[in-house]
Amino acid sequence: MTEMTFADAVREGLAEEMRRDPLVWALGEDLSTAHGGTSANQYTGLIDEFGPKRIVNTPISENTIMGAAVGAAVAGTRPVADLRMADFGMCAVDELVNQAAKIRYMFGGQARVPLVVRQAIGVRKGAAAQHSQSTEAWYVHTPGLVVVAPGTPADGRGLLKSAIRADDPVVFMEHKDLWVATGDVPDDEGVVPIGVAKTVRTGNDLTLVSWSKMARLCEEVAETLAGDGVSVEVIDLRSLWPWDTAAVYASVRKTGRLLVAQEAVQTGGFAAEVATDVTEHCFDALKTHVRRIGAPRMPVPYAEPMENEYRVTPERILARARETLAA
Amino acid sequence: MSKITEPVRTNEPARVFELFKTMCLIRAFEERAEDAFDAGFVNGSIHQYIGEEAIGTGVCANLRDSDYILSNHRGHGHSIAKGANPEAMMKELMGRVGGTSGAKGGSMHIADFSVGMLGANGVLADGLTMGVGAAQAISLKGEDAIVTVFVGDGTTNRGPFYEALNWAMVYALPIMFVCENNSYASSTMTRSVTAGEGPVARAKAFGMPAFDVDGNDVSAVDTLAADLIGRIRGGGGPQFLHARTYRVKGHISRDKMLYRAEGETEEHWKDEPIGRCAAWLATNGIAEDEVNAARDAAYARIDAAVAEAKEAPFPDASLAYADVQDYGPPEPWAQDGSQDGPQDGSQSGSTS
Ligand SMILES: Cc1ncc(C[n+]2csc(CCOP(=O)(O)OP(=O)(O)O)c2C)c(N)n1
Ligand SMILES: [Mg+2]
Repeated sequence: MTEMTFADAVREGLAEEMRRDPLVWALGEDLSTAHGGTSANQYTGLIDEFGPKRIVNTPISENTIMGAAVGAAVAGTRPVADLRMADFGMCAVDELVNQAAKIRYMFGGQARVPLVVRQAIGVRKGAAAQHSQSTEAWYVHTPGLVVVAPGTPADGRGLLKSAIRADDPVVFMEHKDLWVATGDVPDDEGVVPIGVAKTVRTGNDLTLVSWSKMARLCEEVAETLAGDGVSVEVIDLRSLWPWDTAAVYASVRKTGRLLVAQEAVQTGGFAAEVATDVTEHCFDALKTHVRRIGAPRMPVPYAEPMENEYRVTPERILARARETLAA
Repeated sequence: MSKITEPVRTNEPARVFELFKTMCLIRAFEERAEDAFDAGFVNGSIHQYIGEEAIGTGVCANLRDSDYILSNHRGHGHSIAKGANPEAMMKELMGRVGGTSGAKGGSMHIADFSVGMLGANGVLADGLTMGVGAAQAISLKGEDAIVTVFVGDGTTNRGPFYEALNWAMVYALPIMFVCENNSYASSTMTRSVTAGEGPVARAKAFGMPAFDVDGNDVSAVDTLAADLIGRIRGGGGPQFLHARTYRVKGHISRDKMLYRAEGETEEHWKDEPIGRCAAWLATNGIAEDEVNAARDAAYARIDAAVAEAKEAPFPDASLAYADVQDYGPPEPWAQDGSQDGPQDGSQSGSTS
């Protein structure tokens, strides 16, 4: 194991895949400058090893970054398109949703679209309405796409590898606050399979399901509740589509209580999908109705007191967990 | 259907001195905003307009309150030049009550609709297409007004740039596009990812009159803007103003500019617009004392704005629920002020 940041681990993962397969390449804005990509240096140095045909510093042209990735994927390569933020990803939703997600099906299985699109999600302090959105549910709702949202450096590296090797288009969502977070990363290949959750803490009284940065907050909440003598099972889904229903069902059958925590706006979010699905499949095992927590239905405000009102905090998850336990 | 407009007399010392004062106000605002950011009073990031003040200043000097501008992520200077209140802007940056956007938006979302400043923007190129729409509205309502859209060099590689220029020409809209060419797009040198001869050639390809100007010469910008805006007001249709400048600061204030060659930035500092304008004023009859006093006054005003903003309260958390939309029920707890239950009010301002 080696301790490293999420950004470094994912960069390592990309470099390893690029060494393994000469048809893997990356494209996006500012990828080859000394700045090394976005604020987290996710591409620093890669241009030196792989050159400008495989680390392509693009114009500010989101439609073409995404469209080119689709074209290059159907033409036999494995592009990793970086759209920086999920908010800018919206500029290229058309190419992703109308093209990448449809081509295999619409053309009767003649082609595959093996691309990865990186889109950062989550509130970064003070980034406000157009740089802080969590849009994972949009893409889960789109047939044809795989959606992953890793929450640790090891999962970031391991899931990026699976995403690159997958023949489906994969939306890879990384949380901006996690880029600088550190964790142990295995020294071996460390591939993390798509669709497999990780039970990061076992317990018997309550199942807490989450993903991305929220999963880390859920671990904190479980720790706090352990102090009260309550044992909480925390599941980090890591993949949202497909998601690990088996792991969640088994846990809920054991605990009888489920709280799903997400950072995105609660209304119409992915937690609603998990809650409904578990209710449909594990109703008999539930001691109380499934609960969820997400952000209020508002754009992300700037000033700190309002931004804090928007945030899903450990305290708020804890309150909802206590409510679920008391019911 | 051309209207007669009074030609503006640019290049007169008194007028240039006024432009100088506006540039100083912008410079002071940007420098103090960076200090406030470094001291932890401003969150997120700030994109400074330092070294580019002459463009917004020279252009907006020819606009009226009833004219619209649309800005981008680097919007502080455009806002001040269009007449937005720097005191309210500083409060916006510090997330306080009295901010231009009620502290909802912060630095990247300064707007002041009362002076026709329709907003800075966190998404590149969206101002272009919205500007076209504002111009459609002007023509629909038969108003005597024009739209100006500010766009960076890097952003001219986004598709909406072409859609907007084409559309504006097709419908002969009252709109001016101002391309602020500071050579960089974040850490990328724009020309390394840009084909052809640049923004002027691109605009001309749509048949749009397009002109190039030294964007660090406030008088030259003022003169060209006066001419182009006069043409638009006279029914001449869209015009394109390309201003050459340079981003002497980082993309955002904490950008260390590792991607730049040694000495590159220093070289360009010599060409910054405020020093050049001061030199011009000195040889055109404005006493050095007066010039220095004007500069000091700008800093004094902004220092006072900073002090005032620091004293201003943070907005109450409950305000987060205001202005989401008309239809649909608000969150059930919005009335209590917080999802955590009724608040006593004392909590506002005492966050983390
Ligand atoms: C659609 C979109 N893509 C990317 C970004 C990230 N971004 C913000 S500013 C910027 C560079 C813009 O360069 P330019 O247009 O030249 O303006 P400048 O910053 O030089 O004023 C980038 C890439 C964004 N905000 N929106
Ligand atoms: Mg630029």
